Amino acid sequence: MTDVRLLTGGEAVAHAMRQIDPDVVPVYPITPQTPIIQTFAKLIADGEASTEIVNVESEHSAMSAAIGAALAGGRTMTATSSQGLALMAEVVYIAASMRAPIVMALGNRALSGPINIHCDHSDSMLIRDSGVVQLFAESAQDAYDLTVMAPRIAEDARVLLPVLVCLDGFTITHSAEPVSLLPDDEVARFVGPYRLRNAVLDTTRPTTQGPFAMPDYYFELRRQQAAALEAALDVLEEVAAEFELLSRRRVGALEAYRLEDATRAIVALGSTAGTVKDVVDELRDEHEAAGLLRLVSFRPFPSAAIAAALEGCASVAVLDRADSPGGTPPLHAELAAALYGSDLELAGHVYGLGGRELHPPDVREIFRGAAAPYVGLRGERCPV
Amino acid sequence: MAELSTWESLPIAGAVRPSGAPRTKTGGWRTGEKPAVDVSLCVNCLLCWLYCPDSAVTLSGETFTGFDLEYCKGCGICADVCPVAAIEMVPE
Amino acid sequence: MDGMTEIRWHARAGQGAKTAAQILALALLRTGKGVQAFPEYGPERRGAPLRAYTRVADRPIRRHDSVTDPDVVVVLEPSLVHEAGVAEGLAPDGYVVFNGDEAPPELDEVVVRCVPAQRLASKLGSGFVNMVMLGAVAAELGEPPLADLQDAAVETLGRKVAADDVRRALSEGYAWLN
Repeated sequence: MTDVRLLTGGEAVAHAMRQIDPDVVPVYPITPQTPIIQTFAKLIADGEASTEIVNVESEHSAMSAAIGAALAGGRTMTATSSQGLALMAEVVYIAASMRAPIVMALGNRALSGPINIHCDHSDSMLIRDSGVVQLFAESAQDAYDLTVMAPRIAEDARVLLPVLVCLDGFTITHSAEPVSLLPDDEVARFVGPYRLRNAVLDTTRPTTQGPFAMPDYYFELRRQQAAALEAALDVLEEVAAEFELLSRRRVGALEAYRLEDATRAIVALGSTAGTVKDVVDELRDEHEAAGLLRLVSFRPFPSAAIAAALEGCASVAVLDRADSPGGTPPLHAELAAALYGSDLELAGHVYGLGGRELHPPDVREIFRGAAAPYVGLRGERCPV
Repeated sequence: MAELSTWESLPIAGAVRPSGAPRTKTGGWRTGEKPAVDVSLCVNCLLCWLYCPDSAVTLSGETFTGFDLEYCKGCGICADVCPVAAIEMVPE
Repeated sequence: MDGMTEIRWHARAGQGAKTAAQILALALLRTGKGVQAFPEYGPERRGAPLRAYTRVADRPIRRHDSVTDPDVVVVLEPSLVHEAGVAEGLAPDGYVVFNGDEAPPELDEVVVRCVPAQRLASKLGSGFVNMVMLGAVAAELGEPPLADLQDAAVETLGRKVAADDVRRALSEGYAWLN
């Protein structure tokens, strides 16, 4: 019996959290993440989850408390957005280095300034190199599915890293869409009990966690961390396969949409992929060989799979919802590296900063190669 | 010097267990002075034990017995906090 | 309803447009449609003009951009015709469902279906203007069936309100344009 509800992405994540029933959730409110924790707190108040919410005084403290809870042996989740993540950033690096398998929902929102509450991916990109897993949801359903999968990836002995489930602020966090929920007991069985193989705080087996590392060991420990993030790619696919048996939905590192014989492709993250799919279908009806590569996993970055999926394309347009002033935007740079040596034509576009809309006609322009580097910016014209 | 581990053989996140930690005797760090105690003055308040940064104050059960000079670095905090001036820093 | 129908709701924040947009989506979801409902977040303060949207289609909805050319515009708050550009982008064969006895001159150029929701809601004594309008919108769309809409509304609004009042407000609006 499938339980299909009309839920916002924020509510969908909260229901996944209810079903996972983590031990501890240290959290500080910020738009557009707030509905996640607001809904979850209500579910706890209604007796539907037994999590201890720790009200902290900042996101810096939220992540610090999360590290303590996770390494003390409690399954731990949190959530934030934008400036909250910026304040938390210092501790996100430490969570990754201490290998704390914390699951965090990130309601993607533009970084200030100017201050803005709407979606872009600049917050995610701020912590690009922190060593955490970052998975991007296309829809409310995706946000639910990825949240259910996340503890399995985070807690896998080969990984032991924070996993971020990124959902576009407002576009996903606040939009109501049909969401199919798994039965509570199936989710409980799927995520299983929280058992850490690495040393946790235990008075009978004392350890020092997060030790000082001098030049003789810092490099080694960073390499160990990099290996864990690389391993997350295999673990993600394993967990996705297992999740598919349960849900009949598959969310892996990437989704190739009508790419088999495509000559032109777009690469995108997050909710924009849905809009691109509609345009791909229209173009296909007009006998244009268009396709989409939706990237779910930005970290770890599935370079080899991307290169394979785009083989045969003549041109590829990369959509970045974050800029890199003075450099190449993050997704574009990754794609250029992944496709190095290939003779396909690669174009990069920045779009949607601070919640700027991307409509189907914009996507058509991009497919035609007629869009400006900054899509949707007033006064911009394509250079060719 | 012991051989350094490769990243693959290090414990996850570099967590340290007591059994795996080298027990470097740090008493050699003292530069000229060591603590001396007049036990007849000691009131067993254990402030020296509490404050010692190197856990070099020794107890028998809950009773002060002296100093472990293999670890004492001669910082003098114990002499400073002793409320009855039973500890004095003296030349080695 | 072929393809996709896009509905834009105009109200002041606090008048229940976001809720009405969601109830319509929920009722249509139960009839097997693909749906999406979302508000537009500007300076959201009680009394500020607010837009909300409902999308419905025969297949799952994937696009995640805002609605630019709605097929239906619902004006919950009549005073907004002076300030909110309510007919903006209305599809050529689209129409406006307007809360009032007659269409204001600002809407001379477009097709308007008038529903005196304020008056009907006061007559019922419950003040559910948004539910009267929602009933009328469903009647004009030809779906969802009134009973489904009533169930979705009672479920969404919960125990805070009297279920019978909600059902009556919806059926009053539904009857007006049916």
